[in-house]
Amino acid sequence: MNAGGPVEAHRAIERVARESYGRLVAYLSANTRDVASAEDALSNALISALTTWPRDGVPQNPEAWLLTAARHSFIDLVRHRQVAEASEPTLLLLREDSVDMNLSAEFPDERLKLLFVCAHPAIDPAMHTPLMLQTVLGLDAARIAHAFLISPANMGQRLVRAKTKIRDGGIQFEVPQQDELPPRIDAVLEAIYAAFGIGWDDMAGVDQRGRDLAEEAIWLGRVLLQLMPEEAEVRGLLALMLHCEARRRARRGPDGRYIPLSEQDPKQWSRPLIDEAERLLAEASSHRQAGRFQLEAAIQSVHADRTRSGRTEWSAIVMFYEQLLRISPTLGTRTGYAAAVGEANGPQVGLAILDRINPNDVSAYQPFWAVRAHLLQRLGKTSEAADAFDRAIGLAEDSAVRNFLLQRRG
Amino acid sequence: MQFALLIYESPDAFASRRNVEEADAYLGAWRAYHKALLEAGVFVGGDPLQGPETATTVRLKEGKRRVQDGPFADAKEQLGGFTILEVPSLDAALEWAARCPAASIGAVEVRPLSPEYRRKVTG
Repeated sequence: MNAGGPVEAHRAIERVARESYGRLVAYLSANTRDVASAEDALSNALISALTTWPRDGVPQNPEAWLLTAARHSFIDLVRHRQVAEASEPTLLLLREDSVDMNLSAEFPDERLKLLFVCAHPAIDPAMHTPLMLQTVLGLDAARIAHAFLISPANMGQRLVRAKTKIRDGGIQFEVPQQDELPPRIDAVLEAIYAAFGIGWDDMAGVDQRGRDLAEEAIWLGRVLLQLMPEEAEVRGLLALMLHCEARRRARRGPDGRYIPLSEQDPKQWSRPLIDEAERLLAEASSHRQAGRFQLEAAIQSVHADRTRSGRTEWSAIVMFYEQLLRISPTLGTRTGYAAAVGEANGPQVGLAILDRINPNDVSAYQPFWAVRAHLLQRLGKTSEAADAFDRAIGLAEDSAVRNFLLQRRG
Repeated sequence: MQFALLIYESPDAFASRRNVEEADAYLGAWRAYHKALLEAGVFVGGDPLQGPETATTVRLKEGKRRVQDGPFADAKEQLGGFTILEVPSLDAALEWAARCPAASIGAVEVRPLSPEYRRKVTG
Protein backbone atom coordinates (compact mmCIF):
# COMPACT_ATOMS: atom_id res chain seq x y z
CA MET A 1 0.00 0.00 0.00
CA ASN A 2 1.14 3.50 -0.79
CA ALA A 3 1.27 6.27 1.73
CA GLY A 4 -0.99 9.23 1.13
CA GLY A 5 -3.90 11.04 2.69
CA PRO A 6 -7.63 10.79 2.08
CA VAL A 7 -7.50 13.51 -0.60
CA GLU A 8 -5.04 11.53 -2.63
CA ALA A 9 -7.17 8.43 -2.13
CA HIS A 10 -10.27 10.18 -3.46
CA ARG A 11 -8.38 11.45 -6.45
CA ALA A 12 -7.03 7.97 -7.14
CA ILE A 13 -10.54 6.53 -7.00
CA GLU A 14 -11.82 9.15 -9.42
CA ARG A 15 -8.96 8.53 -11.82
CA VAL A 16 -9.21 4.75 -11.72
CA ALA A 17 -12.99 4.93 -12.03
CA ARG A 18 -12.77 7.15 -15.07
CA GLU A 19 -10.02 5.25 -16.82
CA SER A 20 -10.92 1.72 -15.85
CA TYR A 21 -14.70 1.73 -15.56
CA GLY A 22 -15.34 0.44 -19.07
CA ARG A 23 -12.43 -1.99 -18.96
CA LEU A 24 -13.68 -3.51 -15.71
CA VAL A 25 -17.35 -3.66 -16.75
CA ALA A 26 -16.39 -5.15 -20.11
CA TYR A 27 -14.15 -7.74 -18.52
CA LEU A 28 -16.69 -8.70 -15.86
CA SER A 29 -19.54 -9.01 -18.33
CA ALA A 30 -17.74 -10.55 -21.31
CA ASN A 31 -18.20 -14.11 -20.06
CA THR A 32 -21.44 -13.72 -18.14
CA ARG A 33 -23.20 -11.24 -20.48
CA ASP A 34 -24.63 -9.81 -17.28
CA VAL A 35 -23.79 -6.12 -17.73
CA ALA A 36 -26.17 -4.92 -15.01
CA SER A 37 -24.61 -7.15 -12.34
CA ALA A 38 -21.12 -6.21 -13.51
CA GLU A 39 -21.99 -2.53 -13.05
CA ASP A 40 -23.54 -3.14 -9.64
CA ALA A 41 -20.50 -5.15 -8.60
CA LEU A 42 -18.13 -2.42 -9.74
CA SER A 43 -20.07 0.28 -7.94
CA ASN A 44 -19.94 -1.80 -4.74
CA ALA A 45 -16.19 -2.11 -5.25
CA LEU A 46 -15.89 1.65 -5.72
CA ILE A 47 -17.88 2.27 -2.54
CA SER A 48 -15.62 -0.03 -0.55
CA ALA A 49 -12.56 1.69 -2.08
CA LEU A 50 -13.97 4.98 -0.77
CA THR A 51 -13.86 3.63 2.79
CA THR A 52 -10.71 1.50 2.57
CA TRP A 53 -8.27 3.59 0.53
CA PRO A 54 -8.37 6.79 2.61
CA ARG A 55 -7.72 4.62 5.69
CA ASP A 56 -5.14 2.12 4.41
CA GLY A 57 -3.67 4.05 1.50
CA VAL A 58 -4.08 3.60 -2.22
CA PRO A 59 -3.14 0.06 -3.31
CA GLN A 60 -0.20 -0.35 -5.62
CA ASN A 61 -2.40 -1.61 -8.39
CA PRO A 62 -5.74 0.13 -7.87
CA GLU A 63 -7.36 -1.39 -10.94
CA ALA A 64 -6.55 -4.95 -9.87
CA TRP A 65 -7.84 -4.16 -6.37
CA LEU A 66 -11.13 -2.95 -7.83
CA LEU A 67 -11.38 -5.98 -10.08
CA THR A 68 -10.90 -8.37 -7.17
CA ALA A 69 -13.41 -6.54 -5.00
CA ALA A 70 -15.88 -6.31 -7.90
CA ARG A 71 -15.54 -9.99 -8.66
CA HIS A 72 -16.35 -10.94 -5.06
CA SER A 73 -19.35 -8.65 -5.10
CA PHE A 74 -20.41 -10.06 -8.49
CA ILE A 75 -20.44 -13.61 -7.12
CA ASP A 76 -22.57 -12.46 -4.16
CA LEU A 77 -24.95 -10.61 -6.44
CA VAL A 78 -25.43 -13.56 -8.74
CA ARG A 79 -25.91 -15.90 -5.74
CA HIS A 80 -28.56 -13.64 -4.31
CA ARG A 81 -30.54 -13.66 -7.48
CA GLN A 82 -33.43 -16.04 -6.90
CA VAL A 83 -32.99 -17.99 -10.11
CA ALA A 84 -30.43 -20.41 -8.72
CA GLU A 85 -30.27 -22.84 -11.61
CA ALA A 86 -30.03 -20.11 -14.22
CA SER A 87 -27.12 -18.45 -12.44
CA GLU A 88 -25.07 -21.61 -12.00
CA PRO A 89 -23.19 -21.27 -15.30
CA THR A 90 -22.37 -17.66 -14.43
CA LEU A 91 -20.78 -18.71 -11.15
CA LEU A 92 -18.81 -21.36 -12.94
CA LEU A 93 -17.51 -18.86 -15.45
CA LEU A 94 -16.47 -16.50 -12.69
CA ARG A 95 -14.69 -19.25 -10.81
CA GLU A 96 -12.88 -20.52 -13.87
CA ASP A 97 -11.05 -17.34 -14.63
CA SER A 98 -10.50 -16.40 -10.99
CA VAL A 99 -7.79 -19.05 -10.79
CA ASP A 100 -5.38 -17.42 -13.18
CA MET A 101 -6.29 -13.85 -12.33
CA ASN A 102 -4.78 -13.21 -8.91
CA LEU A 103 -3.83 -9.57 -8.42
CA SER A 104 -2.37 -8.94 -11.82
CA ALA A 105 -3.68 -5.99 -13.80
CA GLU A 106 -3.00 -7.91 -16.97
CA PHE A 107 -6.55 -8.71 -17.85
CA PRO A 108 -7.71 -8.53 -21.46
CA ASP A 109 -9.34 -5.33 -22.68
CA GLU A 110 -12.83 -6.42 -23.70
CA ARG A 111 -14.19 -2.94 -24.34
CA LEU A 112 -14.37 -3.45 -28.09
CA LYS A 113 -16.71 -6.41 -27.57
CA LEU A 114 -18.75 -4.31 -25.17
CA LEU A 115 -19.01 -1.48 -27.75
CA PHE A 116 -20.26 -3.96 -30.34
CA VAL A 117 -22.77 -5.37 -27.86
CA CYS A 118 -24.10 -1.87 -27.08
CA ALA A 119 -24.64 -1.18 -30.79
CA HIS A 120 -25.92 -4.68 -31.58
CA PRO A 121 -28.71 -4.84 -34.20
CA ALA A 122 -30.94 -6.67 -31.71
CA ILE A 123 -30.83 -3.65 -29.37
CA ASP A 124 -33.17 -0.71 -30.01
CA PRO A 125 -31.01 1.77 -32.00
CA ALA A 126 -32.20 4.61 -29.77
CA MET A 127 -30.52 2.85 -26.86
CA HIS A 128 -27.11 2.26 -28.48
CA THR A 129 -25.63 5.55 -27.31
CA PRO A 130 -27.15 5.57 -23.80
CA LEU A 131 -25.88 2.03 -23.23
CA MET A 132 -22.36 2.96 -24.29
CA LEU A 133 -22.33 6.05 -22.13
CA GLN A 134 -23.40 4.03 -19.14
CA THR A 135 -21.44 0.81 -19.52
CA VAL A 136 -18.19 2.15 -20.98
CA LEU A 137 -18.00 5.53 -19.25
CA GLY A 138 -20.12 4.96 -16.16
CA LEU A 139 -22.48 7.92 -16.71
CA ASP A 140 -25.61 7.75 -14.58
CA ALA A 141 -29.06 7.37 -16.10
CA ALA A 142 -30.18 10.85 -15.04
CA ARG A 143 -27.34 12.60 -16.86
CA ILE A 144 -27.97 10.52 -19.98
CA ALA A 145 -31.70 11.27 -19.71
CA HIS A 146 -31.02 15.04 -19.67
CA ALA A 147 -28.85 14.80 -22.75
CA PHE A 148 -31.43 12.79 -24.68
CA LEU A 149 -34.46 14.71 -23.43
CA ILE A 150 -36.08 11.66 -21.91
CA SER A 151 -37.49 11.45 -18.38
CA PRO A 152 -34.86 10.01 -16.00
CA ALA A 153 -37.21 7.23 -14.79
CA ASN A 154 -37.99 6.27 -18.36
CA MET A 155 -34.31 6.27 -19.34
CA GLY A 156 -33.53 4.08 -16.33
CA GLN A 157 -36.20 1.56 -17.37
CA ARG A 158 -35.02 1.49 -20.98
CA LEU A 159 -31.43 0.87 -19.87
CA VAL A 160 -32.54 -1.98 -17.62
CA ARG A 161 -34.58 -3.54 -20.44
CA ALA A 162 -31.65 -3.31 -22.84
CA LYS A 163 -29.30 -4.96 -20.35
CA THR A 164 -31.80 -7.76 -19.70
CA LYS A 165 -31.90 -8.34 -23.42
CA ILE A 166 -28.11 -8.53 -23.56
CA ARG A 167 -28.10 -11.08 -20.74
CA ASP A 168 -31.00 -13.22 -21.87
CA GLY A 169 -31.25 -12.56 -25.60
CA GLY A 170 -28.23 -14.54 -26.74
CA ILE A 171 -26.21 -11.49 -27.74
CA GLN A 172 -22.58 -12.61 -27.91
CA PHE A 173 -19.64 -10.63 -26.61
CA GLU A 174 -17.52 -10.85 -29.70
CA VAL A 175 -15.93 -8.80 -32.43
CA PRO A 176 -18.01 -9.45 -35.57
CA GLN A 177 -16.61 -11.55 -38.39
CA GLN A 178 -15.03 -9.73 -41.32
CA ASP A 179 -18.09 -10.14 -43.57
CA GLU A 180 -20.46 -8.45 -41.14
CA LEU A 181 -17.93 -6.01 -39.74
CA PRO A 182 -18.66 -2.87 -41.84
CA PRO A 183 -22.34 -2.44 -40.84
CA ARG A 184 -21.55 -3.29 -37.23
CA ILE A 185 -18.74 -0.70 -37.08
CA ASP A 186 -21.11 1.86 -38.63
CA ALA A 187 -23.54 1.27 -35.78
CA VAL A 188 -20.78 1.84 -33.20
CA LEU A 189 -19.60 5.02 -34.96
CA GLU A 190 -23.18 6.30 -35.26
CA ALA A 191 -23.74 5.75 -31.56
CA ILE A 192 -20.60 7.66 -30.62
CA TYR A 193 -21.49 10.50 -32.99
CA ALA A 194 -25.00 10.65 -31.55
CA ALA A 195 -23.45 11.33 -28.14
CA PHE A 196 -21.49 14.21 -29.65
CA GLY A 197 -24.68 15.96 -30.71
CA ILE A 198 -26.25 16.90 -33.95
CA GLY A 199 -26.64 19.98 -36.09
CA TRP A 200 -23.20 21.48 -35.90
CA ASP A 201 -22.65 24.94 -37.21
CA ASP A 202 -22.35 24.39 -40.94
CA MET A 203 -25.02 26.94 -41.54
CA ALA A 204 -26.19 30.27 -40.29
CA GLY A 205 -28.63 29.99 -37.42
CA VAL A 206 -28.96 26.26 -37.32
CA ASP A 207 -30.17 24.99 -33.99
CA GLN A 208 -27.28 23.22 -32.32
CA ARG A 209 -28.61 20.61 -30.07
CA GLY A 210 -25.41 19.90 -28.26
CA ARG A 211 -25.92 17.21 -25.70
CA ASP A 212 -23.21 18.42 -23.34
CA LEU A 213 -21.56 15.07 -23.93
CA ALA A 214 -18.95 16.19 -26.47
CA GLU A 215 -16.08 15.36 -24.15
CA GLU A 216 -17.50 11.89 -23.47
CA ALA A 217 -18.03 11.24 -27.18
CA ILE A 218 -14.44 12.22 -27.97
CA TRP A 219 -13.25 9.95 -25.18
CA LEU A 220 -15.24 7.06 -26.70
CA GLY A 221 -13.79 7.90 -30.11
CA ARG A 222 -10.27 7.70 -28.68
CA VAL A 223 -11.03 4.36 -27.01
CA LEU A 224 -12.33 2.98 -30.29
CA LEU A 225 -9.28 4.26 -32.19
CA GLN A 226 -6.99 2.57 -29.69
CA LEU A 227 -8.91 -0.70 -30.18
CA MET A 228 -9.33 -0.48 -33.97
CA PRO A 229 -6.35 1.46 -35.31
CA GLU A 230 -6.81 0.06 -38.81
CA GLU A 231 -10.29 1.46 -39.46
CA ALA A 232 -10.17 4.68 -41.48
CA GLU A 233 -13.68 5.72 -40.47
CA VAL A 234 -12.77 5.65 -36.79
CA ARG A 235 -10.12 8.27 -37.52
CA GLY A 236 -12.65 10.13 -39.68
CA LEU A 237 -15.16 10.30 -36.84
CA LEU A 238 -12.57 11.47 -34.33
CA ALA A 239 -11.30 14.11 -36.78
CA LEU A 240 -14.86 15.34 -37.35
CA MET A 241 -15.55 15.66 -33.63
CA LEU A 242 -12.24 17.41 -32.94
CA HIS A 243 -12.79 19.93 -35.74
CA CYS A 244 -16.19 20.83 -34.30
CA GLU A 245 -14.87 20.89 -30.75
CA ALA A 246 -12.07 23.23 -31.84
CA ARG A 247 -14.70 25.93 -32.50
CA ARG A 248 -16.60 25.57 -29.24
CA ARG A 249 -15.34 28.83 -27.73
CA ALA A 250 -15.84 30.83 -30.92
CA ARG A 251 -19.54 29.91 -31.22
CA ARG A 252 -20.59 32.29 -28.46
CA GLY A 253 -19.81 35.96 -27.95
CA PRO A 254 -18.68 37.21 -24.53
CA ASP A 255 -22.34 38.12 -23.86
CA GLY A 256 -23.55 34.60 -24.73
CA ARG A 257 -24.65 35.69 -28.19
CA TYR A 258 -24.69 33.00 -30.91
CA ILE A 259 -22.04 33.49 -33.59
CA PRO A 260 -22.54 31.53 -36.82
CA LEU A 261 -19.54 29.81 -38.38
CA SER A 262 -19.18 32.40 -41.15
CA GLU A 263 -18.75 35.18 -38.59
CA GLN A 264 -16.47 33.36 -36.16
CA ASP A 265 -12.98 34.65 -35.60
CA PRO A 266 -10.66 31.80 -36.62
CA LYS A 267 -8.14 33.03 -34.08
CA GLN A 268 -10.57 31.78 -31.42
CA TRP A 269 -10.44 28.25 -32.77
CA SER A 270 -8.25 25.76 -30.95
CA ARG A 271 -5.10 25.21 -32.99
CA PRO A 272 -4.01 21.97 -31.22
CA LEU A 273 -7.41 20.34 -31.81
CA ILE A 274 -7.44 21.38 -35.47
CA ASP A 275 -3.89 20.05 -35.93
CA GLU A 276 -4.84 16.73 -34.34
CA ALA A 277 -7.96 16.49 -36.51
CA GLU A 278 -5.96 17.23 -39.65
CA ARG A 279 -3.37 14.60 -38.76
CA LEU A 280 -6.08 11.98 -38.14
CA LEU A 281 -7.79 12.83 -41.42
CA ALA A 282 -4.53 12.54 -43.36
CA GLU A 283 -3.83 9.15 -41.76
CA ALA A 284 -7.38 8.04 -42.55
CA SER A 285 -7.10 8.97 -46.22
CA SER A 286 -3.94 6.88 -46.55
CA HIS A 287 -6.14 3.81 -45.95
CA ARG A 288 -8.06 4.58 -49.15
CA GLN A 289 -11.43 3.57 -47.70
CA ALA A 290 -13.61 6.65 -48.12
CA GLY A 291 -16.55 6.90 -45.80
CA ARG A 292 -19.19 9.16 -44.39
CA PHE A 293 -17.27 10.42 -41.39
CA GLN A 294 -14.10 11.13 -43.36
CA LEU A 295 -16.17 13.18 -45.82
CA GLU A 296 -17.87 15.10 -43.04
CA ALA A 297 -14.48 15.70 -41.44
CA ALA A 298 -13.13 16.85 -44.81
CA ILE A 299 -15.92 19.45 -44.99
CA GLN A 300 -14.96 20.73 -41.55
CA SER A 301 -11.32 20.69 -42.61
CA VAL A 302 -12.14 23.07 -45.49
CA HIS A 303 -13.78 25.43 -42.98
CA ALA A 304 -10.75 25.14 -40.71
CA ASP A 305 -8.52 26.21 -43.59
CA ARG A 306 -9.89 29.72 -43.12
CA THR A 307 -7.33 30.16 -40.34
CA ARG A 308 -4.64 29.96 -43.03
CA SER A 309 -6.22 31.40 -46.19
CA GLY A 310 -8.76 33.80 -44.70
CA ARG A 311 -11.48 32.48 -47.03
CA THR A 312 -13.77 29.46 -47.42
CA GLU A 313 -13.39 27.27 -50.49
CA TRP A 314 -17.13 26.58 -50.96
CA SER A 315 -16.64 24.66 -54.21
CA ALA A 316 -14.54 22.09 -52.31
CA ILE A 317 -17.30 21.79 -49.70
CA VAL A 318 -19.89 21.27 -52.46
CA MET A 319 -17.75 18.51 -53.92
CA PHE A 320 -17.45 16.69 -50.59
CA TYR A 321 -21.22 17.01 -50.06
CA GLU A 322 -21.83 15.46 -53.48
CA GLN A 323 -19.77 12.44 -52.47
CA LEU A 324 -21.50 12.35 -49.10
CA LEU A 325 -24.95 12.37 -50.73
CA ARG A 326 -24.06 9.19 -52.60
CA ILE A 327 -23.29 7.35 -49.34
CA SER A 328 -25.61 9.01 -46.88
CA PRO A 329 -28.47 11.06 -48.38
CA THR A 330 -29.91 12.13 -45.01
CA LEU A 331 -32.00 15.22 -44.43
CA GLY A 332 -28.99 16.82 -42.75
CA THR A 333 -26.71 16.12 -45.69
CA ARG A 334 -29.22 17.43 -48.21
CA THR A 335 -29.76 20.60 -46.20
CA GLY A 336 -26.03 21.13 -45.75
CA TYR A 337 -25.52 20.57 -49.47
CA ALA A 338 -28.14 23.20 -50.32
CA ALA A 339 -26.44 25.68 -47.98
CA ALA A 340 -23.03 25.01 -49.52
CA VAL A 341 -24.34 25.28 -53.09
CA GLY A 342 -26.07 28.52 -52.06
CA GLU A 343 -22.67 29.94 -51.12
CA ALA A 344 -20.79 28.51 -54.11
CA ASN A 345 -23.30 29.00 -56.93
CA GLY A 346 -25.81 31.49 -55.61
CA PRO A 347 -28.93 31.36 -53.41
CA GLN A 348 -31.30 30.52 -56.27
CA VAL A 349 -29.47 27.24 -56.97
CA GLY A 350 -29.37 26.39 -53.27
CA LEU A 351 -33.12 26.99 -52.94
CA ALA A 352 -33.83 24.72 -55.90
CA ILE A 353 -32.11 21.90 -53.98
CA LEU A 354 -34.17 22.59 -50.86
CA ASP A 355 -37.34 22.57 -52.98
CA ARG A 356 -36.70 18.97 -53.97
CA ILE A 357 -37.00 17.83 -50.34
CA ASN A 358 -40.41 16.44 -49.36
CA PRO A 359 -42.20 19.10 -47.23
CA ASN A 360 -43.56 16.40 -44.88
CA ASP A 361 -40.01 15.50 -43.88
CA VAL A 362 -39.13 19.00 -42.73
CA SER A 363 -42.19 20.18 -40.80
CA ALA A 364 -40.20 19.86 -37.56
CA TYR A 365 -36.65 20.04 -38.96
CA GLN A 366 -35.12 23.34 -37.89
CA PRO A 367 -31.96 23.45 -40.08
CA PHE A 368 -34.05 23.29 -43.28
CA TRP A 369 -35.93 26.44 -42.31
CA ALA A 370 -32.84 28.30 -41.12
CA VAL A 371 -31.06 27.65 -44.41
CA ARG A 372 -34.17 28.47 -46.44
CA ALA A 373 -34.63 31.75 -44.59
CA HIS A 374 -31.00 32.67 -45.16
CA LEU A 375 -31.16 31.93 -48.92
CA LEU A 376 -34.49 33.75 -49.41
CA GLN A 377 -33.15 36.77 -47.58
CA ARG A 378 -30.12 36.89 -49.84
CA LEU A 379 -32.50 36.92 -52.81
CA GLY A 380 -34.36 39.86 -51.28
CA LYS A 381 -37.61 37.87 -50.95
CA THR A 382 -38.39 39.52 -47.64
CA SER A 383 -41.83 38.18 -46.84
CA GLU A 384 -41.09 34.57 -47.82
CA ALA A 385 -37.86 34.83 -45.83
CA ALA A 386 -39.79 36.10 -42.78
CA ASP A 387 -42.06 33.05 -42.96
CA ALA A 388 -39.10 30.69 -43.09
CA PHE A 389 -37.39 32.59 -40.26
CA ASP A 390 -40.51 32.11 -38.14
CA ARG A 391 -40.43 28.39 -38.72
CA ALA A 392 -36.71 28.23 -37.82
CA ILE A 393 -37.29 30.37 -34.71
CA GLY A 394 -40.29 28.31 -33.63
CA LEU A 395 -38.32 25.08 -33.96
CA ALA A 396 -35.16 26.37 -32.27
CA GLU A 397 -34.35 25.08 -28.83
CA ASP A 398 -31.37 27.23 -27.91
CA SER A 399 -32.44 30.73 -26.89
CA ALA A 400 -29.19 32.22 -28.27
CA VAL A 401 -29.96 30.75 -31.69
CA ARG A 402 -33.56 31.95 -31.39
CA ASN A 403 -32.44 35.50 -30.63
CA PHE A 404 -29.95 35.45 -33.48
CA LEU A 405 -32.67 34.40 -35.92
CA LEU A 406 -35.14 36.96 -34.52
CA GLN A 407 -32.55 39.66 -35.19
CA ARG A 408 -31.82 38.42 -38.69
CA ARG A 409 -35.51 38.27 -39.44
CA GLY A 410 -35.83 41.96 -38.58
CA MET B 1 -51.65 10.79 -27.80
CA GLN B 2 -52.57 14.14 -26.37
CA PHE B 3 -50.32 15.99 -23.97
CA ALA B 4 -50.70 19.24 -22.10
CA LEU B 5 -47.73 21.55 -21.91
CA LEU B 6 -48.21 23.53 -18.69
CA ILE B 7 -46.17 26.67 -19.09
CA TYR B 8 -44.62 28.16 -15.96
CA GLU B 9 -43.28 31.67 -16.29
CA SER B 10 -41.23 34.09 -14.22
CA PRO B 11 -42.53 37.50 -13.08
CA ASP B 12 -40.32 39.04 -15.81
CA ALA B 13 -42.02 37.00 -18.48
CA PHE B 14 -45.46 38.10 -17.26
CA ALA B 15 -44.24 41.70 -17.14
CA SER B 16 -42.95 41.52 -20.70
CA ARG B 17 -46.51 40.99 -21.90
CA ARG B 18 -47.24 44.62 -21.12
CA ASN B 19 -44.38 45.58 -23.38
CA VAL B 20 -45.96 47.48 -26.29
CA GLU B 21 -42.89 47.04 -28.48
CA GLU B 22 -43.89 44.91 -31.45
CA ALA B 23 -40.26 43.80 -31.68
CA ASP B 24 -40.38 42.22 -28.21
CA ALA B 25 -38.19 39.13 -28.54
CA TYR B 26 -40.26 36.93 -26.23
CA LEU B 27 -43.46 37.70 -28.14
CA GLY B 28 -41.65 37.08 -31.43
CA ALA B 29 -40.44 33.73 -30.17
CA TRP B 30 -43.97 32.76 -29.10
CA ARG B 31 -45.46 33.76 -32.44
CA ALA B 32 -42.88 31.66 -34.25
CA TYR B 33 -43.38 28.73 -31.89
CA HIS B 34 -47.14 28.83 -32.37
CA LYS B 35 -46.69 28.91 -36.13
CA ALA B 36 -44.31 25.94 -35.98
CA LEU B 37 -46.85 23.95 -33.91
CA LEU B 38 -49.61 24.70 -36.43
CA GLU B 39 -47.48 23.91 -39.47
CA ALA B 40 -46.33 20.63 -37.96
CA GLY B 41 -49.99 19.68 -37.41
CA VAL B 42 -49.60 18.98 -33.69
CA PHE B 43 -51.52 21.90 -32.17
CA VAL B 44 -54.88 20.94 -30.61
CA GLY B 45 -55.58 23.97 -28.46
CA GLY B 46 -54.39 26.18 -25.68
CA ASP B 47 -54.34 29.71 -24.37
CA PRO B 48 -52.27 32.08 -22.31
CA LEU B 49 -53.54 33.06 -18.86
CA GLN B 50 -53.44 36.49 -17.29
CA GLY B 51 -50.86 37.02 -14.56
CA PRO B 52 -51.00 35.31 -11.13
CA GLU B 53 -51.99 38.60 -9.46
CA THR B 54 -55.36 38.31 -11.24
CA ALA B 55 -56.02 34.88 -9.69
CA THR B 56 -58.62 34.16 -7.04
CA THR B 57 -58.59 30.82 -5.25
CA VAL B 58 -61.74 29.29 -3.77
CA ARG B 59 -62.04 26.53 -1.16
CA LEU B 60 -64.83 25.19 1.03
CA LYS B 61 -63.66 24.30 4.52
CA GLU B 62 -66.31 22.52 6.65
CA GLY B 63 -68.97 24.01 4.45
CA LYS B 64 -67.59 27.52 4.81
CA ARG B 65 -66.40 29.46 1.81
CA ARG B 66 -62.79 30.53 1.79
CA VAL B 67 -61.68 32.93 -0.89
CA GLN B 68 -58.04 33.85 -1.28
CA ASP B 69 -56.43 36.52 -3.43
CA GLY B 70 -53.75 35.10 -5.62
CA PRO B 71 -52.84 31.72 -7.08
CA PHE B 72 -53.16 28.32 -5.40
CA ALA B 73 -49.42 27.68 -5.19
CA ASP B 74 -47.06 30.30 -3.82
CA ALA B 75 -44.06 29.91 -6.11
CA LYS B 76 -41.78 32.23 -8.05
CA GLU B 77 -42.77 30.69 -11.38
CA GLN B 78 -46.48 30.58 -12.05
CA LEU B 79 -48.74 28.92 -14.57
CA GLY B 80 -48.87 31.30 -17.51
CA GLY B 81 -50.74 29.21 -20.04
CA PHE B 82 -51.20 25.80 -21.53
CA THR B 83 -50.99 24.12 -24.89
CA ILE B 84 -52.55 20.80 -25.88
CA LEU B 85 -50.60 18.78 -28.46
CA GLU B 86 -51.41 15.67 -30.46
CA VAL B 87 -48.14 13.78 -30.92
CA PRO B 88 -47.15 10.12 -31.28
CA SER B 89 -45.25 9.80 -28.01
CA LEU B 90 -43.97 11.42 -24.82
CA ASP B 91 -40.58 11.78 -26.52
CA ALA B 92 -42.13 13.95 -29.22
CA ALA B 93 -43.99 16.01 -26.62
CA LEU B 94 -40.72 16.60 -24.74
CA GLU B 95 -39.07 17.78 -27.99
CA TRP B 96 -41.80 20.38 -28.41
CA ALA B 97 -41.56 21.36 -24.74
CA ALA B 98 -37.83 22.00 -25.16
CA ARG B 99 -38.54 24.33 -28.09
CA CYS B 100 -41.11 26.32 -26.11
CA PRO B 101 -39.78 29.85 -25.48
CA ALA B 102 -40.72 29.52 -21.80
CA ALA B 103 -38.43 26.51 -21.35
CA SER B 104 -35.27 28.64 -21.37
CA ILE B 105 -36.52 31.18 -18.83
CA GLY B 106 -39.16 29.25 -16.86
CA ALA B 107 -40.28 25.65 -17.04
CA VAL B 108 -42.62 23.54 -19.10
CA GLU B 109 -44.41 20.64 -17.44
CA VAL B 110 -45.54 17.90 -19.80
CA ARG B 111 -48.57 15.81 -18.78
CA PRO B 112 -50.56 13.29 -20.77
CA LEU B 113 -54.29 13.98 -20.89
CA SER B 114 -56.45 11.26 -19.37
CA PRO B 115 -59.07 10.10 -21.88
CA GLU B 116 -59.89 7.10 -19.60
CA TYR B 117 -60.93 9.33 -16.72
CA ARG B 118 -62.71 11.65 -19.11
CA ARG B 119 -64.82 8.71 -20.30
CA LYS B 120 -65.70 7.82 -16.69
CA VAL B 121 -66.70 11.41 -16.01
CA THR B 122 -68.71 11.94 -19.16
CA GLY B 123 -70.27 8.49 -18.98
